[in-house]
Formats: sequence, structure tokens, C-alpha cells
Amino acid sequence: MIRLTDVFKVYANGTKALKGVSFTLETGEFAFMVGPSGSGKSSIIKLLTGEIAPTDGQVIVNGYDMEKITMRKMPFLRRTIGVIFQDFRLIDKKSVFENVAFAMRVIGTPNKEIRQRVSYVLELVGLENKVNARPDELSGGEQQRVAIARALVNNPSLIIADEPTGNLDPARSLEILLLLEKINELGTTVLIVTHEKPLVDRLSKRVIAIDGGRIISDGMDGYYNYEVE
Amino acid sequence: MAGELLVTEWTGITTMKSSKNQTGYFLKEGFTSIFAHGLMSFASICIIIAFLMIMGSFILLAVNINSIVGDLENDNIILAYIDEYLSEIEARALERELARTTNVSRVNFITREQAMHSFIGRHDDTDRFADVDPTWFRHRYEIFVEDVALIEYTLQEMRGIYGVERVNANLTIASALVTFRSIVTGVSLVIIAVLLAISLFIMSNTIKLAIYERREEISIMRMVGATNSFIRWPFTIEGFILGSMGALSAFIMIWSVYGFLAGRVYEFENFFINLVPFSNVYVGLFLLFGAIGFGVGVGGSALALNKYLKV
Repeated sequence: MIRLTDVFKVYANGTKALKGVSFTLETGEFAFMVGPSGSGKSSIIKLLTGEIAPTDGQVIVNGYDMEKITMRKMPFLRRTIGVIFQDFRLIDKKSVFENVAFAMRVIGTPNKEIRQRVSYVLELVGLENKVNARPDELSGGEQQRVAIARALVNNPSLIIADEPTGNLDPARSLEILLLLEKINELGTTVLIVTHEKPLVDRLSKRVIAIDGGRIISDGMDGYYNYEVE
Repeated sequence: MAGELLVTEWTGITTMKSSKNQTGYFLKEGFTSIFAHGLMSFASICIIIAFLMIMGSFILLAVNINSIVGDLENDNIILAYIDEYLSEIEARALERELARTTNVSRVNFITREQAMHSFIGRHDDTDRFADVDPTWFRHRYEIFVEDVALIEYTLQEMRGIYGVERVNANLTIASALVTFRSIVTGVSLVIIAVLLAISLFIMSNTIKLAIYERREEISIMRMVGATNSFIRWPFTIEGFILGSMGALSAFIMIWSVYGFLAGRVYEFENFFINLVPFSNVYVGLFLLFGAIGFGVGVGGSALALNKYLKV
């Protein structure tokens, strides 16, 4: 669950990235966030993942108040969030299995459980036959599915996808989107930041539009009062 | 695609504890990183070896000087001559006071008669001393000191004791050695401090390079919820391995070099110095090298992590 209440973010160089942003994403919800470059989308993602703190206002993520959270507790918050990036951010020297297992290894999961869980998640994203492949042997869509598997493997209650289809062709983009929708149907809250109008239109979900650091539209069933690129 | 397994059925993740396979992972990552930037790792080991070899040489030099000074302390006797008007009983009564003097390890009373016999015994033509009388000699004490460097203070203190007429000591060699020892100690400390700083700097740079090479991996670790200690461990282990390898290599080298030198010294039969056997110092030296290797390795990685990782 995400709750932003009247959030402001002013960077050290004086840039006012967010000017009173408020919205709530309930557990199990699926939403798109749209907006042009510099609108404040990246700042919101960074606030949600704990990379930056709000200048003013309140940010609650999965029960953690992001203004009050200590550095010691930050890893435990991050274990409740799966983040997917446009550039996949896979480790080239590791196999598909190891890239996904890595996320479990860092939180101290025993090997036996890693083997079970990674196999299951790779099956979920359709990569059960690519277990030993390296990222550079995979297509862009497959690499993104590895990133999704990694985001999913620790069973987060929230998935944040930052332009997850930005480097993919339309067919692969739709594939990824449908996969994220399926993950949402399994109970995980999903927030997708994207520029791609066909994808937003395809699913008829909630759309939060942001521009100039303010929410300018927040509509259900694919409605948005904003011209998506 | 997957079957109908539910993601939410998976509940064990957040309560899992660190396990044995994490230790295996840390070790594997630590070793892998050493070979990933082999040249810097090699440089780190070399600087630790150089540092420990130089430090070890100074330590062994100091140990040998101390050994020689120790021998001289045994040989260097202060002779305290007692006032000629004091009887033997009165002279013997001074023993406790002399023994209480600073830096005195033991005292040995010598009567006039013993002094006379000793004097005569040092000469071949004893007939010449047939008419020598014990009253020509004074009662005296042989006094042994704990630290030859403090002998001046001991002499001064003894001169103030009532009944002590005069005190004598041969300080020439002892003073020279004490001065030499002080110089060696001072130079050692400066060199050790400089080399320690250089070692820490190079070790820290090696780890920084490792951090730089793995920055993407580290950002992923943080993103998926790795704790600071998890991120630190592989680098700490890398530093530990480099430090330990350097320390062990330096120990073996200094052992070999010292053994060779000691062998050469023993070959000179009339040489007045005998080097302290390596077996007398190897435990202390091994522990010291190990501690410094550990300190430089782990300390260097901690410096790099604190400054550049900001975890």
C-alpha cells in the first residue's frame, strides 16, 4: 500500500520536483503513472524506494513512514518492494537462475528454498527453459522477464515498474504488461510508470497523470486527462 | 508459463535468517574479486609484504640489541665501596637499602678479605702481595641492574646513601648500545607509521576498485533489500584474504632471510655476537604479522567502504 499526503520535494540545487502530491494506492491495486520527462515521476519512485526523503508531507509505503524510517530498517522495507527498470539491470556475469537467486541470497535464504522458489518464479514468467542462459544471450523481452522474476522472487507486496517496456517492441511490451497484470491478479500491488499510450489504453486500469510536480489527473478504467506520448 | 501456484503462498522470506550458504557466497565473492583485479591485489600483497619485512627487520634488530644489552646488564656491575670506618656488620646493614634502590635487580656483599683475595688472584706473581693487608681494601657491594639505560639514576641514588663512599660503573659500551637502541626504535616507529599509512592507502584503493567494478551489483543488492553488513562482507573478506596472504608471505620470507643470516653469523667462530634464534621470536612475530595483516586488510576495506560506499 502506498499513501502520499501533500508531498513536496525540493532538491539541493533548488529544483522543485514535487509540489503537494497526494494519492493512495491500496493493497492489490494496479495503476499506471504517466507524465512527461521532468514531471516528477522519477522523484516519486525514488521516494517510494527510499532513495530520497520528502522535503515535506508524508509518504507511507507498506506501513513504513519514509520520513521516519531509519537506515537500519530500510533494507526490510525494500524487501517488501520489487522494482523493475527500463534497462533491466541484470548482472551480465551471472546466469538467469543466479540473477534471480541473487535477490534471495542477499536476504539470507537457504539454498534449498532458493532452488524451489527461483524455479517457480522462472516458470511463472515463462523462462523455465532459459535457466542457465546469460543475460546477453536473451532478447530484450526475456531480459525484462528475468528482471520481473527477480522483483517477484522475494514475494513483495508492491511492484514498481519504471518504464518496463521502454526498450521493447510492441509485442514484447504487451507480453510484459500482461505478465504484470497476472502478478497483480495474484494479489501484488502494481504501479507502472510509462509513456506508452497503447499500453495504458490496453488494460483500462487506474491512471495517475503527473506534470510539473503535481497530480493533474487521477482516473479509473483507463481514464486520464493528459496527452500521453 | 507457470501453473496455478500463488505468489502469496510464499511466506517464508522476511523471517529467514542468515545461513551457511551466505558464508559460502561471501567467500566465493571475496576470492573472485581478488582475481578480477589481479594487479591491484598483487600490489596490495606486495606492499604488505614490504611493510612487514621492513618492520620485522627492525623488530629483529631491536630484539638482538636488547639481547646484547641484556647480556651487558648481567656483566655490568656497579661497585659500591663502603666507608672504610664502617665495620663488616655495619657494612652488611646497608644491603637492604642498596637493594631497594631504583633499578637494582640484586646485590652481592664482598668483604675486605674477599676483595683482597680477588685482587691477588688476578695477578700471576702472588708473592709480590704477601704483605698486603685486608684493611687496605674496603667492604663493597656488587650491584646488578635491571635496565642499563637507567644506570645513571641508580648511581646518583646510591651516592646519596649514608655509608657509601664511592660508586663505579663502566658505562661506555652500555651507553652506546642504549643510544643505538633508542635510534633504532625512533627510526622504526617513523618508518612503520609511514609504511602503515601507505599500506592502508593501497589496500583501500584496491577495495575501492572492487567496489567500483561491482557498483551495479551493489545497487541491485540495495534495491532488493540487502543489509549494509551483507554488502560489506565480501569486501571485508577480500581485504582479509589479501592481508593474510601478505602477512604469511612476509613471515616466510623473513624467516628464511633471518635463518640464512644467523647461519652466516655462526660461521664466524670468534664473532662476539650470537643472533637470537628465530625459534625464540617466531610466535610473537607470527602473531604480530597476522594482526597487522588482518588490521591492514580489514581496516583498508573498512576505509574504502565508509568513504565510497556510504551504506
